[in-house]
Amino acid sequence: MILRGRAHRFGDDVNTDYIISGKYKFKTLDMKELAMHVMEDLDPDFYNKVRPGDFIVAGRNFGCGSSREQAPLAIKYADIAAVLASSFARIFYRNAINTGLPVVEVDTSRIEDGDELEVDLSKGKVVNITRDEEITAKPLPSVMIKILNDGGLANHIKKNKGFALED
Amino acid sequence: MGKTIVEKILSAHSGQDASAGDIVLAEVDQIMGQDGTSPLAIKAFREMEVERVYDPTKIAMVIDHSAPSPNEGVSALHNLMREFKKEQGITLYDIGEGVCHQLMPERGHVGTGDLVVGADSHTCTYGALNAFSTGVGSTDLAAAMATGKLWFKVPPTIRFELKGILPAGAFAKDLILFLIGQVTADGATYKAAEYAGEAISALSIDARMTIANMAIEMGAKAGLMEPDEKLREWLVAHGYTKWNPVYPDPDAVYEKVLEYDVSELEPQVAKPHTVDNVSPISEVAGTPIQQAVIGTCTNGRLEDLRIAASILKGRKVHPEVRLIVAPASRRVFLEAMADGTISALVEAGAAVVTPGCGPCVGTHNGVPSDGENVISTANRNFKGRMGNSNAYIYLASPATVAASALAGEITDPRPYITR
Ligand code: SF4
Repeated sequence: MILRGRAHRFGDDVNTDYIISGKYKFKTLDMKELAMHVMEDLDPDFYNKVRPGDFIVAGRNFGCGSSREQAPLAIKYADIAAVLASSFARIFYRNAINTGLPVVEVDTSRIEDGDELEVDLSKGKVVNITRDEEITAKPLPSVMIKILNDGGLANHIKKNKGFALED
Repeated sequence: MGKTIVEKILSAHSGQDASAGDIVLAEVDQIMGQDGTSPLAIKAFREMEVERVYDPTKIAMVIDHSAPSPNEGVSALHNLMREFKKEQGITLYDIGEGVCHQLMPERGHVGTGDLVVGADSHTCTYGALNAFSTGVGSTDLAAAMATGKLWFKVPPTIRFELKGILPAGAFAKDLILFLIGQVTADGATYKAAEYAGEAISALSIDARMTIANMAIEMGAKAGLMEPDEKLREWLVAHGYTKWNPVYPDPDAVYEKVLEYDVSELEPQVAKPHTVDNVSPISEVAGTPIQQAVIGTCTNGRLEDLRIAASILKGRKVHPEVRLIVAPASRRVFLEAMADGTISALVEAGAAVVTPGCGPCVGTHNGVPSDGENVISTANRNFKGRMGNSNAYIYLASPATVAASALAGEITDPRPYITR
């Protein structure tokens, strides 16, 4: 799957409280409503700026903090196609795959706000069209590719009536 | 090849000889969810189209984050949990019982050698009980409820060898804040931590939980400790009857071993807005504060309340400071009432709120105002954490928070400590 969109640039240690503040997460299971507040504390206008298919691009340790799955879901429901970061916090990374939000671990140091990117998830390749550069991403573990291919963990369990992670 | 505690627990639960880097499908012993994560887990469980949970005796849900409910949206989510409890026969701790990470150990759900998953990032707390326990998201939780299993990547381990005994006035909280400052907020990402040495053996189980609780603040998947006689007695006293101690092999392979001598550690404070922004108290003393919080899954236990009360007893909180106390559980609350701790706190001017998360996560119970400084015994000081992104949160031990509440500014607690 090849995705194409613009980069929205953030820094290191973007925690789950910044992605979606605790004051919203407990109120509802309506992810569309939560999505309107995504990244609000870092950029109050973020939700309105995003065009469907855009990317969040960040530095180290994206998604640190709480285990709230509302964080990847709010990003997904804001129509962000994928998150690219130099590294991810562990629980966020798992939650993103489980809920079907693609995450790409890649050196993001040369991607600037507004750059046009093309991301090939299966090949693990990112092309920065604006800068005419190609960056290779770290591949997902095969367990996670299976879950992502099944459309997330809930579908994986439903389809296989349990875990089916063997090759 | 020798194994770490995590490698042994994951091997035992997967029936596979597991080492760091392996992916295993493991049986879980206990599954926990709280009111911020369980509703989504129930939704995911429905999507899996599974009728019954794998084993209701292994599942506990806790209403602690927004308890009692502050609005009708939250009330509806709480009722979803209550209905799930009736339908599936799981355990549910409703409002006022306490914080999930206090209840799981206190009510005998967790002990040595267990594998526990919880839909809350501070599930790592039970590492103090020699369990491998880790935070997961709601969908992982639902998968565990449905199948009794979950997949794990076996983490490499960083071992902390902590020499010396903490001096008077420095507590478990100061130690873990110091370590987080040293290794940084992502210094242990994808890894487990083992905390060992004289400094740990000397601590109570309450205090050890404070340290394991904050492993996640260095990015770690788990923060484990070796079992000892103190732990065995504690577990028996809390109704946990199995004893399956797991020690690391002498030739276990660690990613690294870090050694610190803590015998001269100063009280530590994490400054806004990251937990690894840590300074010794001498560098931040004098910063004015408007709100002080004692409680949370990090420092709301009986020992913590007693330390705070020993400083506050017979004194008055500064007139421009609001002191909020949230006991970690109903049992802690009752014990603190029986021994006079609560009256000492209330007489000094504390407002005591329902056992639970208190104001920790900004849903209710004490949201600070714009520009205010808060000093708290919690584990996170992110911008907006307590419900207002224009407030500033400092993290410290119960002693430092109590001393600061008296003075109206961040204050070294050591002059108050006699030991
Ligand atoms: S007390 Fe705070 S950190 Fe602990 S479980 Fe509750 S909200 Fe999370």
